[in-house]
Amino acid sequence: MSDFWSIFITVGTLGSIIFFAYVLIINRKTTNKPGETTGHVYDGIEELDNPLPAWWFWMYILLMVYGLGYLAYYPGLGNFKGLGNWTSKAELEADMDANEAKFAPLFARFREVPIEELHKDPDAMKMGQRLFATNCSVCHGSTATGAVGFPNLTDDSWLWGAKGADIEASIKHGRTAYMPGFGNVFNPEQISDISAYLLSVNGIKQDDQAVAKGRGAFGQVCFACHGDQAQGKPELGAPDLTDKVWLYGNSQAVLEQTISKGRQGIMPAFNDRLGEDKVHILAAYVYGLSQKK
Amino acid sequence: MAKVTNGAKNGDPIEIVNVQDDSRVYNLYESREKIYTRKVEGFYQRLRLFTGWPLLLGYFVLPWINLDGRQALFFDLPARKFHVMWLTFWPQDFTLLGWALMIAAFALFFVTTWVGRIWCGYSCPQTVWTAIYMWMEQAAEGSRNQRMKLDKMPWSINKLRKKVLKHCMWFGFALLTGGTFIGYFYGIREMVVDIATLQIGWLAVGWILFFAVATYINAGWLREQVCLHMCPYARFQAAMFDRNTLIVSYDTKRGEKRGPRRKSQKAEDHGLGDCIDCKLCVHVCPTGIDIREGLQYECIDCALCIDACDDVMDKMGYDRGLISYTTEAELEGEKPTIWRPKLIGYGLVTLVMAVAFAVTLILRVPLQLDVLRDRGALYQQRTDGWVQNIYTLKIINMDNADHQVTLTVSGLQGLEFEAPQDIKVLSGEVRDVPVIVKIDPELIKQTANKIYFEIKTDGDEPHQDKHESRFFGPLK
Repeated sequence: MSDFWSIFITVGTLGSIIFFAYVLIINRKTTNKPGETTGHVYDGIEELDNPLPAWWFWMYILLMVYGLGYLAYYPGLGNFKGLGNWTSKAELEADMDANEAKFAPLFARFREVPIEELHKDPDAMKMGQRLFATNCSVCHGSTATGAVGFPNLTDDSWLWGAKGADIEASIKHGRTAYMPGFGNVFNPEQISDISAYLLSVNGIKQDDQAVAKGRGAFGQVCFACHGDQAQGKPELGAPDLTDKVWLYGNSQAVLEQTISKGRQGIMPAFNDRLGEDKVHILAAYVYGLSQKK
Repeated sequence: MAKVTNGAKNGDPIEIVNVQDDSRVYNLYESREKIYTRKVEGFYQRLRLFTGWPLLLGYFVLPWINLDGRQALFFDLPARKFHVMWLTFWPQDFTLLGWALMIAAFALFFVTTWVGRIWCGYSCPQTVWTAIYMWMEQAAEGSRNQRMKLDKMPWSINKLRKKVLKHCMWFGFALLTGGTFIGYFYGIREMVVDIATLQIGWLAVGWILFFAVATYINAGWLREQVCLHMCPYARFQAAMFDRNTLIVSYDTKRGEKRGPRRKSQKAEDHGLGDCIDCKLCVHVCPTGIDIREGLQYECIDCALCIDACDDVMDKMGYDRGLISYTTEAELEGEKPTIWRPKLIGYGLVTLVMAVAFAVTLILRVPLQLDVLRDRGALYQQRTDGWVQNIYTLKIINMDNADHQVTLTVSGLQGLEFEAPQDIKVLSGEVRDVPVIVKIDPELIKQTANKIYFEIKTDGDEPHQDKHESRFFGPLK
C-alpha cells in the first residue's frame, strides 16, 4: 500500500471515530422538553423527543474505545501492523499446527505399517481416498483411471515400478519421463513401420512386411530404453509397449506422432506439500487400487 | 404541568416542571430509574405459575433426557449435527429452522392479534427469569418498602450482607442458567463430569461465564430495559393490535374521578369513581407504568395490576374488574368478536405452514446423494473402444443407523458402471464413492446425455435418493 493510501485510511478511520464521538457528545443535551414532539410529522404521526437510556450513550462510548483498541492491536490502519503482530498467515499456520498435533498419533500408527499392509486398513484408506480426491484426482481422475497423458493407477501396468516403495517414491519426489523425438533419426516410412510393429505386439493385426521392417528399426534404436522385446524398463520410466495400455492412445497416427515428436511427462513432487506421513498413506491407497482386482 | 415520575409512591412529592422556562437544558440520555415492584398475589399471578414453571423446568431438565443412547436435545456444533429428539438435522436442513422460526413468528402474530402480548407477560424468558430474580431479591432484601429503605440507607454490615446475599443468589442462578445452556451444545452429563474433574476447556468455561453474566445483567439489572429498548417484538407487537385485541385496560368511565375515600363513604356523594387512587397498580408494575394512563407500549400484559386492583376492589366491596383484560371495543360497549380478517388470516397462514412443516418432517429422507462429475475431461476413450465418464458420488447418511447402499445408474440403453461392491455408509457419515460410467459410443445419439444415479438403502423400509447428471460422449 502506498503511503498516500495508508495515510488516507488512517486519517479516514480515526477521523470518523473522533467525528462521531464529537457529534455524540455535543448532542447530549437538548432544549426540547421530554415528552414534546420534535416538530416532525409524517402521515399524522408525530415524533416524540423522549430521552434515550443513559446506558446507550455509554455503549456508544464503549464501542468507540473497543474500536480504538482493536485498531491498535490488529492491522487496520493502513500500513500499521498492529501491536499484536497478527497476520492471517500466522493464524492459519497455528491452526494447521494444531491440526497436525491432533492427527499426529494416527499418522504415527500408519507410518509404522508397510504400504503392502496399510492398504488393508479401512481407516487409512478413507484418509487416502480424501487425500487422493484433493491432490491427485485433478489429473488422474476421481476413480484414478487416468486420462490421456495421465496414467491409469488402477491397472497392473506401472511405468516406474509396482512395489510400494516405487509408488511412494513417485509421489514423494515426482517423476520426469522423457521420450526424445526421432523425427530426424527415422524417415516417415520407418516411423510408420515401427508403429505397425508396436500395434502387432499388442495383438492388433498389421501388414507382416511393415511389422518385420519396424521390428528391425526398433532393434536399432528404441530397444535401448524400451528393451529388446519392447517390455519397457521401469528404472528409466520407459513404458512396457506390449501391455495394451496406452498413455497417449493407440491409433497409428498417435503412435507416429509419439515417435517423431517425442513425449514428456511430469509427475510433480508432493513431499513438500503433504509431508511424508500423508505421502505414505497416499502411496498405500494407490497401491491398493490395483490390488482389488 | 405536573408529571408523576415512574415508581413514585403515594405521598412522594410531585415534580413540578416550569413550562415557561425555555432556557432549561435537558439531558438526551436518561438514567434508569430503579423500579421497586410490590409483591402481589392473585389469579393471574397463580396462572403464571402454570406457564413459567413448565418452561423453566423444561429448560433445566430437557438436556438431561437421553434418547437412543444420546442426549435428546443436543446441538453438536463441531460435528454440525443437531439432534432433536428422534431426528438429527444437518446444516443442509437449515431451511427447516428458517421455516420453524417463521411459523413461530406467525403464531406470535396470531396470538398477539387475538389476546395481545401474553407471550411477553407469561412465557418470555426475560419475564420468567426476571420474576425469579425479583423473588430472590425479595427473599434477600425484603418487601418493596424495605428495599427502598435499604437502598437509601448508608452502607452498613447489615446492608452489605443483604446485598451480597442477593448478588450471590443472582449469580448462582445465572451460572446454573449459563451452564445448562452450554450443556445443550457440550453434552450436559459430560460437561458436569468435566467440570467436576477440572477437565473442562477454557472455551466452554468462557461461554458458560458469558451466558451467566448475560443472564445476571438481563434479569438482575436490565429487566424492563430489555423490553423497552432492546426487544424488537415488544415494539412491533403493537402493530398487530386492533380494536378487538385483548389488552390490560383501566375502565376510565368507571374509575374516574379517582380519589381516596373511606370504605364507609359513598363514592357518588363525593363525585368519585371506583378508583381509590391507591397506586398499587403502579407499585406492582414490572415496567413501572401507570396503566390508568391508557395503553402503553411498555405494557407486557402480565396482569399484575389486575390482581392488585381486584384485591383492592374486594376490600372496598366494589365489583372486580376496574382494571381487566378487555378490548377497546368492549370498553365502548361493543360485543367482542373473533371474526376479524387479520386474525383469521394469521391463524390460517400459521396452520398451513405448520401442517406443511410437519409433512416435510415426516417425509424427510435421511439419505442424500450428490453427484460431482470429474471436470478434467469431457469423456475418456477406453482401450476396449468404449467411452467413460467419471463421477464422485457423495452419499450422506443422516439416519441414526448404518446403511448398506445399492447404486443404480439409468438413463441410457447399454450403460454400465464400475463402483465399489460394498458401499456401507455409517450413521452420520459422508461417503465419497468414485464411479466409472461407461458405454459403447455407438449406442449414444448425442454428445450430452442425461443420466440418473439412484441409491437405495437395505432394510425393510429403504430410503432412496436420486440425482441427475450428464454423460458426455464424442461429438455427434
